[in-house]
Amino acid sequence: MELDRIEDLLKKYNNAETSLQEEAELSTYFKSNNVAPHLAHYKALFQYFSEAQHEEFTKDVPLNTKRRYNSYGWISVAAVIVVMIGLYVPNLFGPSEEELKQQEEAQLAYEQTVKALNLLSIGVNQGRSELNALTMVGENLNQGLDEVNRLHHFAKTKNEIFNLSN
Amino acid sequence: MKQVDFVNLIMPFKDKVYRLAKRLLVSREEAEDATQEILLKLWNNKEKIKNYKNVEAFSMTMTKNFCLDRLKSKQAQNLKIVHSNYTDNNSSLQKQVEARDSVDWVSKIMDELPEQQKIIVQLRDVEQYDYDEIAKMLDMKETAVRVNLSRARKKIREQLTQTHRYGIR
Repeated sequence: MELDRIEDLLKKYNNAETSLQEEAELSTYFKSNNVAPHLAHYKALFQYFSEAQHEEFTKDVPLNTKRRYNSYGWISVAAVIVVMIGLYVPNLFGPSEEELKQQEEAQLAYEQTVKALNLLSIGVNQGRSELNALTMVGENLNQGLDEVNRLHHFAKTKNEIFNLSN
Repeated sequence: MKQVDFVNLIMPFKDKVYRLAKRLLVSREEAEDATQEILLKLWNNKEKIKNYKNVEAFSMTMTKNFCLDRLKSKQAQNLKIVHSNYTDNNSSLQKQVEARDSVDWVSKIMDELPEQQKIIVQLRDVEQYDYDEIAKMLDMKETAVRVNLSRARKKIREQLTQTHRYGIR
């Protein structure tokens, strides 16, 4: 009786005329243990269908991927800004205290060298005036020598006179 | 629409999308990628989702088209999707399904069917949609769906009786 109905349903099933309820009926029949031997091959089919219903999608879906920016672009922009700030800011604030100190030290060193050079030049001038004195000494010497020559002449003429008188 | 709402919306049918994708693409990884892709597409168009009458049916149509495109592009490259589901960490259930020989045969027989019939058998016998729903999803007439389904079922039955007899002999 039941078997007749099942066979009838199977015929309809193969012609795709069964409703969902009728298919559910077939499914429960083939899940039971008293399946007629000549229909045994359907058992695997319905078993497969009911088990295939339980396969699940377990992977996560990354829903926010679209919102991720291309951050490297912004990093390069930031780097350029940092470099420009690095170049402009020292100029904007003028020379720093340390630089002022260095400048003062340089000024001091310059003035000291100027002083030293002045002292040196004074010494050189003194030396030159002393050299002048030396030349004067030289002139006096020459004068002395002339006078010695004159004395010599005088002695010569005196001798000649002596000779004549003898 | 917030993320929570969206997840609640897709929850009832994301597995169905995945199963249809796996039916067509065979490989589990491919099917997972396809499912991800489809759910992301839905998420990106979340503003328009409210206008759709039946998001589930729409998603199933999208899945079908996406997978067929995928298959076509693979064939154009002269590559066939080869599944590598040999080590299955997914679920013990999956193992149970595929370990049993006769049940495994059914899945092999279904892999042999033409795409259209695969889709229809999947939607009807596994997901248990009504004929008119399937007809809408596939943009076919209901009678055409029935004809295809009946052909597919007959083919499966023939193959099954053959292997069954072979097993007995």
